[in-house]
Amino acid sequence: MEKQNITAYERVLLARSKDRAGIFDYIDALFTDFIELKGDRLGKEDGSIVGGIAMFHDIPVTIVGQRKGKTTEENIKYNFGMTSPEGYRKALRLMKQAEKFKRPVITFIDTPGAYPGLEAESNGQSTAIAENIAAMSSLETPVISIITGEGSSGGALALGVADKVWMLENAVYSILSPEGFASILWKDSARASEACDVMKITAEELLEFGLIDGVIPENENMMETIDGMLLAAIKKLQKLKGPAIAKNRYEKFRRIDGAYVGK
Amino acid sequence: MMNDIFHKRKKSLNHLLDLRKPSRVEAKITCPHCKEEVLVRQVKENHKICPKCGFYFPMTPEERILSLADTKSFREQDKKLRTGNPLDFPEYEEKLAANEERTGHMDAVMTGTMMLNGIETAIAVMDGRFLMGSMGTVVGEKIVRITEYAGKKKLPLIIFSASGGARMQEGLFSLMQMAKTSAAVEKFKKDGGLFISVLTNPTTGGVSASFANLGDIIIAEPKALICFAGPRVIEQTIGQKLPKGFQRAEFLLEHGMVDMVTERKDLKEVLYKILKMHR
Repeated sequence: MEKQNITAYERVLLARSKDRAGIFDYIDALFTDFIELKGDRLGKEDGSIVGGIAMFHDIPVTIVGQRKGKTTEENIKYNFGMTSPEGYRKALRLMKQAEKFKRPVITFIDTPGAYPGLEAESNGQSTAIAENIAAMSSLETPVISIITGEGSSGGALALGVADKVWMLENAVYSILSPEGFASILWKDSARASEACDVMKITAEELLEFGLIDGVIPENENMMETIDGMLLAAIKKLQKLKGPAIAKNRYEKFRRIDGAYVGK
Repeated sequence: MMNDIFHKRKKSLNHLLDLRKPSRVEAKITCPHCKEEVLVRQVKENHKICPKCGFYFPMTPEERILSLADTKSFREQDKKLRTGNPLDFPEYEEKLAANEERTGHMDAVMTGTMMLNGIETAIAVMDGRFLMGSMGTVVGEKIVRITEYAGKKKLPLIIFSASGGARMQEGLFSLMQMAKTSAAVEKFKKDGGLFISVLTNPTTGGVSASFANLGDIIIAEPKALICFAGPRVIEQTIGQKLPKGFQRAEFLLEHGMVDMVTERKDLKEVLYKILKMHR
C-alpha cells in the first residue's frame, strides 16, 4: 500500500488492529532479563499497565507500557488498555523508583483512553492522571515515550511527558477518540472518519507541528530501528545531569503554544 | 501591558457586574435549577446564589475577582493573547469571534494580580462561558505565565477552574497544554509556592486532569461537577446508571479528592486565612 493513500481514519483502524504488536512483543524484542513489578501499593493491581525493570544493552531501564490483550478474554481482563487510577499510580511508583536508581524510563503508549468508569472516577482518575503528568515533567532521569497504537487523550499523556516522544508510522495521537470528538463537536459519533481529517492525529502531521520528535517506519526492520533510536537517545541523555534533563523537558513542553497571537 | 480593567472598561458593564452595588432594576431571571422566577438583584446580593433553592449561578471572571479583591487592586495580565488556530480548524475563527463578542474576553481565562485583604496574590479565573471554558493554547499559555510570574515574585497563586475540558478545535496542541500547565504548577510548588485550586461547576476533562487537581490545597464549590469523564460518557460506555450526587463536590470530598467544600459566602474568609498562614 502506498503511504500517501492511507487516510487518517484508515490509520486509526490500523492503530487499533488486533494484529499489532503488543507490549510483550516490544519487551521480548528490545530488552533482556525483564522482571515485572506489580501493584500501586494503595490497594490494587491494574493489568492494563505492564511495568518492570530490564536490561537494554548494558543499561538497566524501567519499562511502563499499556496492554490491551490479544484475545477477547485478555481484552476483558486488561480492560482493552483503558487504564484506571491504580494503573497510573503503579506507573508513577515505578517511574519514581527509576529516578531514584537513575534508570532511564521507556513508556509504550497504546490506549483508547483512560477508563471512564464509576470506580475509576470514585478513585480519582483526574488526580491520578494530573499527578503522573506533573511528576513526569520534573523526573530527573531520561524518559522516552513511544506511541505504538492508539494514543488517546489524557489517558495517553499520563505516560507521555517525555524527552523524546516517538510514534509508529501508523499510530495515532489525539485529544480524544475520533468517535468522541465527532460526538462532542457534531453530536454524531458516526462522523468519526470525517473527524479524523480535521483532528490532525497522524504521526506525519504531528511531526510537522513539532508535537512529536520522530516517526518509526513500520517495516520488517522496525524493532532494529527502535533499538537504534533508543540507544542513541539514551546515551545522549545520560551525558546530562538529572536536573538538566528535567529542565530541558520542562522547556520543551513550555514552548508548545500553537503560535498564539499577541504579546 | 497590565491594565486595570475596572478603571478602563465601559462604565455600564462595570456597573452591571459590580456585586457590591445593588441593581436598581427590578429585573427577574428564571433559576435553571428550581425554575422559579427570582429577582436579579436578590441573586446578586446573595453571591449569585438562587435565594429560593440555593443553586449556584456561574460567576464571570470579573464577578469572581470583584468578590475577592480589595477595591481597585486587580491588575490584569496578558489580556490580548489570542489563539493562532494552530490546526486551521474550520469555522473556529467565527466561533471565537462570537464568544469574544459575548464575553468581552479573547479566550477562556482571565489572569492577573490582586490584593485579598491586603495580601498580594496571583489569580486566574476561567470563564465557563467562553467555548465552555475549554483549554487550548491561550488558556495554557496564560495559566503558565501567571504561574511563572507568581513564582518569580514569590506570590501565592489562586486558580478558579470552570471548564468542559480540552479545546477540541486545537487538537493535540490542547492536550499538550495539560503537560505545560501541570509542569508549571509542579515547578512553582517545588520552589515553595502556595497554589490554592478552587474547583467550580464544572471542572472536567483535561483541566480536571491537569493543574486544577494539583493544588496544595483544593477547595470545591458546593455541588460542582468535578470529573475526568462526564456522567453521560460513563453511562454510555458502561451502561450503568450513575448514583445521585456522583462526581459532585460533596462526593469528591467523601472520597478524599478535595480538602473542603466551601460555600461562596465563606470563600473569601477561608482564602484569607490560608494566605495568612503562608505569608
